[in-house]
Amino acid sequence: MKKSPILAVRGLRASVAEAGVEILKGVELEIGAGEIHAIMGPNGSGKSTLAKVIAGHPGYEADGGHVRLRGENLLDLEPDERAQAGVFMAFQYPVEIPGVSIANFLRSALQARLEDGEELDLFDFQDLLTGCMGLLGMDPSFAQRAVNDGLSGGEKKQSEILQMAVLKPALAVLDETDSGLDIDALKVVAAGVNALREENPEMSVLLITHYQRILDHVQPDAVHVMVNGRIVESGGPEVALELEAQGYEEYRRTHAA
Amino acid sequence: MPTNEVIHGLGLDDYKFGFVTDSEPVFRARPGLDADIVRQIAARKDEPEWMLKRRLRALAIYESKPMPKWGGDLSELEETLAQTYFYSKPHEQMERSWEDVPENIKLTFERLGIPEAERKILAGVGAQYDSEMVYHSLKEEWEAKGVIFDSIEDGLRNHPELFRRHFGTVIPAADNKFAALNSAVWSGGSFVYIPPGVHLETPLQAYFRVNQERLGQFERTLIIADEGSRAHYIEGCTAPVYSTDSFHSGVIEIVVNPRAYFRYTTIQNWSNNMYNLVTQRALVHEGAHMEWLDGNLGSKLTMKYPSCYLMGEGAHGEILSIAYAGDGQHQDTGGKVIHVAPRTTSSIVSKSISKGTGRASYRGLCKVYDGAERARSNVECDALLINETSRTDTFPYIEIDERSATVGHEATVSKVGDEQLFYLMSRGLDEAEAMALIVRGFIEPIAKELPLEYAVELNRLIELEMEGSVG
Ligand SMILES: Nc1ncnc2c1ncn2[C@@H]1O[C@H](COP(=O)(O)OP(=O)(O)OP(=O)(O)O)[C@@H](O)[C@H]1O
Ligand SMILES: [Mg+2]
Repeated sequence: MKKSPILAVRGLRASVAEAGVEILKGVELEIGAGEIHAIMGPNGSGKSTLAKVIAGHPGYEADGGHVRLRGENLLDLEPDERAQAGVFMAFQYPVEIPGVSIANFLRSALQARLEDGEELDLFDFQDLLTGCMGLLGMDPSFAQRAVNDGLSGGEKKQSEILQMAVLKPALAVLDETDSGLDIDALKVVAAGVNALREENPEMSVLLITHYQRILDHVQPDAVHVMVNGRIVESGGPEVALELEAQGYEEYRRTHAA
Repeated sequence: MPTNEVIHGLGLDDYKFGFVTDSEPVFRARPGLDADIVRQIAARKDEPEWMLKRRLRALAIYESKPMPKWGGDLSELEETLAQTYFYSKPHEQMERSWEDVPENIKLTFERLGIPEAERKILAGVGAQYDSEMVYHSLKEEWEAKGVIFDSIEDGLRNHPELFRRHFGTVIPAADNKFAALNSAVWSGGSFVYIPPGVHLETPLQAYFRVNQERLGQFERTLIIADEGSRAHYIEGCTAPVYSTDSFHSGVIEIVVNPRAYFRYTTIQNWSNNMYNLVTQRALVHEGAHMEWLDGNLGSKLTMKYPSCYLMGEGAHGEILSIAYAGDGQHQDTGGKVIHVAPRTTSSIVSKSISKGTGRASYRGLCKVYDGAERARSNVECDALLINETSRTDTFPYIEIDERSATVGHEATVSKVGDEQLFYLMSRGLDEAEAMALIVRGFIEPIAKELPLEYAVELNRLIELEMEGSVG
């Protein structure tokens, strides 16, 4: 029996705001509560664009269709309002914020969710942070590092997962979080995602990846293939295995621009 | 946040601390300046003859010097000065205990926005209200150690020899037009002496504000850190908003004797019609260490370049400065390091933020005299621009007459990036919060050097400033 969808993307068309070049050309996607969906696809096919449009990046304009989170149209909301509504995106290229520690950043993010006049309890926050870092096997000193500034590629990805763990979204969009991680780190990140889902079985995950590898650890309910701004095939985990064996050549031929 | 709420609760807009309390000065001279006014000031203060002579000589120097043509726009200043009251004295007596401080003055202090921190440090604070110390109490421990922390007037009265030996030696009246003006009409400020070998863990704090329309504030501070001593002096101030231009021109002289360590911290947040032209300089002797930590917010125009004259072998000077230029404001700030002796070292780190039509200029001088062998200096200035209309410029002057010296200079300009804003907003921060966080991160290397309550205050001011930056 299918659960009611957390995320419903219908006929989504989007372009680069300034250039007006269309990148998403009618994306259809539905994710149920607690489901894990993977999106694979060749470079430049629009996967990150989809993630950013879901999160509300101002550089892209939605030209048609809708994106609903628990029925609410996200396209009407600012990025921070989408975050408050439960969207989280782990960036493919996390942005550096010099001088701001991960701990301070997360504290500000949690504080921002509270009503005006309400103050985040610092002890509760510390417990939450320590707990999440323990779950991800991180050294507590990691939270004192600046947000992405001076972090290695793999550390940046781990920091994204830590943020997800602390913010506990309803929908986590992980854009190539597995790229750049060593084998051990990949296992830790995967274990973290699984543990979070155990804690919160309703959390849905949209996992953008190029590799079958992470799907060995995080079992997807569905795998989609995106080519040239559209989802051209959806199926079970076997889709990823086929891609691993055959590549995108077949899809490219049938779905050229 | 509740802290912001408190300030919003005052119902103020542009300048959050722009309130005025009624306090009738006991004595106020007429506006404008001439020898008569100078004589009145000296007479009211019951000063010795030599000081009056100095004042009059300084007045002549002031009158003979032209307005500076470099730096910021001073074209409207003459008019402002003609309207300025050069002296006022709120109370006859120095107050020793907090209970004795009149209610309306207490109210002013409380409304400054950091009442908790203020109360905490009251035991050791010297606070200036209008032109003179109203409240001034010294920790017993310091008295026992022979530390002097007085109003400048008491310094002159009670320690005449020490005072006369150093007054005007670091910054003579002839140094520049505004130093001359200050030397003629100075009133209020601190006199500090740290005896040899004395280490103070708790900073000496002076909190003052200007609270009278058209009152020029000419505070004068003289500090002597004797051999091998260690201390930290903190001054912070905010000023209320007025319709006419106001003027502040302080002079801070510091003597850091051999192997002493001294740090002087200022956070200034003037209302945005204020001219703020300050001369602050330290003479740093052999093996001594001087640090200026300087934060400038508000004002219409600030021109301020804390300087270290590295006079003795191995002396070290450091200048850390933060400038915030909001709409219509010009912060022309930086620092000067003068290497006179061998193996002297210095560093200047300057960070500026320009918002709206604000302009932040870095102006710095690094001079190495012949014979200052193996002197080393490093300058780093970083500017952050918030809006397209914001402006920054850099004027580094480097003069090196010594071959073995090493001097480095690095400057960066960055803009708050859309990707940064999006990243932070995607975690739930609204645009103003995201902006404030980026700015806080930018100044963090300097803010972390501040005592906690000042860092909190600075962050709060920046949050308030950022609220108007989006849209
Ligand atoms: N801001 C932009 N300006 C111009 N072109 C853009 C912009 N953003 C995306 N594109 C283009 O849109 C297409 C899709 O980019 P996107 O980043 O979504 O691809 P992707 O599927 O995530 O690729 P990869 O697997 O390499 O990460 C690419 O051709 C890219 O060059
Ligand atoms: Mg991508």
